[in-house]
Amino acid sequence: MALLDVQNLSIRFGGLQAVDQFHIAVEQGQLYGLIGPNGAGKTTVFNMLTGVYKPTSGTILLDGVDITGKNNVQISKMGIARTFQNIRLFNEMSVLDNVKVGLHNQVKCGLFTNILRLPGDYKTEKKMNEKAMQLLEVFGLQDDVKLRARNLPYGKQRKLEIARALATNPRLLLLDEPAAGMNPNETAELMQTIRLIRERFQMTILLIEHDMRLVSGICERLTVLNFGSVLCEGETSAVLRDPEVVKAYLGE
Amino acid sequence: MALAAKWKNMRASTRKKLLMLGGMLVVFAILQLLLSLDLLSNQIQSWLVPCCYNIILAVSLNLTVGILGELSLGHAGFMCVGAFVGAFVSKYFDTVNPDLSAWIRLPLALVLGGIVAGLFGLIVGVPVLRLNGDYLAIVTLAFGEIIWNLFNVTRVSLDNGSFRVGVGGTGLSNLSADAVPLVDGSLGITSVPRLGKGGFAIAFVLAFLTVLLVMNLIHSRTGRAIKAIRDNRIAAESIGINITKYKLIALVVSAFLAGIAGVLYAHNAGQAVATQADYGYVMSINILVFVVLGGMGSTLGSMIAAVVLTILPEWLRFLSDYRMLIYAVVLIGMMLVNGSPAIKAVVDRGRQVVKQKIKNLFIRQPKKEA
Ligand SMILES: Nc1ncnc2c1ncn2[C@@H]1O[C@H](COP(=O)(O)OP(=O)(O)OP(=O)(O)O)[C@@H](O)[C@H]1O
Ligand SMILES: [Mg+2]
Repeated sequence: MALLDVQNLSIRFGGLQAVDQFHIAVEQGQLYGLIGPNGAGKTTVFNMLTGVYKPTSGTILLDGVDITGKNNVQISKMGIARTFQNIRLFNEMSVLDNVKVGLHNQVKCGLFTNILRLPGDYKTEKKMNEKAMQLLEVFGLQDDVKLRARNLPYGKQRKLEIARALATNPRLLLLDEPAAGMNPNETAELMQTIRLIRERFQMTILLIEHDMRLVSGICERLTVLNFGSVLCEGETSAVLRDPEVVKAYLGE
Repeated sequence: MALAAKWKNMRASTRKKLLMLGGMLVVFAILQLLLSLDLLSNQIQSWLVPCCYNIILAVSLNLTVGILGELSLGHAGFMCVGAFVGAFVSKYFDTVNPDLSAWIRLPLALVLGGIVAGLFGLIVGVPVLRLNGDYLAIVTLAFGEIIWNLFNVTRVSLDNGSFRVGVGGTGLSNLSADAVPLVDGSLGITSVPRLGKGGFAIAFVLAFLTVLLVMNLIHSRTGRAIKAIRDNRIAAESIGINITKYKLIALVVSAFLAGIAGVLYAHNAGQAVATQADYGYVMSINILVFVVLGGMGSTLGSMIAAVVLTILPEWLRFLSDYRMLIYAVVLIGMMLVNGSPAIKAVVDRGRQVVKQKIKNLFIRQPKKEA
């Protein structure tokens, strides 16, 4: 059974059928790519998977459990984490704190324990610091922990967002154009990082990307979205050679 | 030595907190010493308690405005609730049992005043904070105006051991001859037992605890969740943070502390009279000015602004007509200092230099190798 199994997913915004009968099956441990021209509806699919938008119709199964219509907080707790196409960090907070917020639901420690600094506060704080540092080291951010997130260079901001998503201990990681705005060197490094997190955390990853070098370099399977519908799906190399796909990207 | 190591290993936020609290203690000790030597003028003495309750008001409002990032224009409303509940508790016990020790009466008044104000925070917050957008400002503004007007027409009398409650009108009818009015409409609650000699110490302890608890909150799991909502609500939701819950926590704690400040306010004045000047939106804006000029989100800044802006208008009284003019100039000056990156950079550099100098005093530099 696939970890993520989506059937007939559709959403309408007023007169616009943004996504129509979308389907995808992502296996445990897979690195899966979702591609398509601008405005095809890729981000909208992510927004439905994470409960930001309620689909007009269709079902989303995570590990066999129906999560359709749940809100984004519930879905985060059920194990889907994501990054955003336009980076969304907690800008005024430190790099370390950004990851520690990600660990929020991994520890238990309430308001009064916090305010009165009961022993539980020190214990969870220590645990969170250790976990956060481990994650930040994976991304080479260990020397920037005290910086405000807004002061990080662009490439590191992207990495921090992935680290924060991983901190929620997800089963499925959704990356929305992780290489957007990166130069070829940064992109190459990012590919390494994505491979690394897959191995380190046995993570299942679904990513949206326009950078074809990244897509062909690391994705095992692809689904191509065009005008809200699935154009084709399959092994990466086969999909990229498909004349329909080439046409959708390059025009006639 | 062990202490120095411990200091080094602390969270930076903990170090900052200890420095601030230490600073507060030093200032308090000096003032208390001067007070006991009778070296403070009556005028200065009259500023001490107001400085403390304004610190509480500023630091607590900073929690809503600076940390949660929601605008509240009714902080004085929560203060008003605390003032009336606290004054009522004190007046009641003073009436039925004048022998009751102030050590029991005052803490009771403080706790009840705080809790009821917190409850009002909950009542205001539950419907509003579910919405996204700047609805809190308008609702708290309305709440603040409604609440003092409500107290302004409330009458409560103690008649043969039972409460008689009425709203509006000239008074309650059919009261027996020995009925005692506790809350008397626009005259409010009068002859509330005052704080007395130890007033400054009590007020200081409360301000100190407020700063301690709020700093603990801000730099904790709960506080991080609140700041995350401020910085990016959508991202906070995406990592599983219950937005409404944490917004409510911030607002309720903030209202609770404003209530405590209100209890202090009433006991310092010896009365609780619901007027626009004391509890209306002008007061709310005044508190907001502390927070904004203190540099939103900074507890230390809120505290300093509260103290400066409590003392300044009083101190400038001798200038009579020019007083408000100078006050306005100072406000603008503080705003510029806070807002300008250039000035901030200069201040930061100065701070670095001073820090290094202090470090050099204590730590011998290892000799450079040849
Ligand atoms: N909340 C919304 N309300 C109305 N229309 C929307 C909304 N969100 C997305 N759309 C529309 O849905 C379509 C798909 O948008 P989406 O952002 O999913 O595209 P995308 O495939 O991610 O494109 P890109 O590669 O540029 O990021 C667009 O036409 C967009 O304008
Ligand atoms: Mg998109």
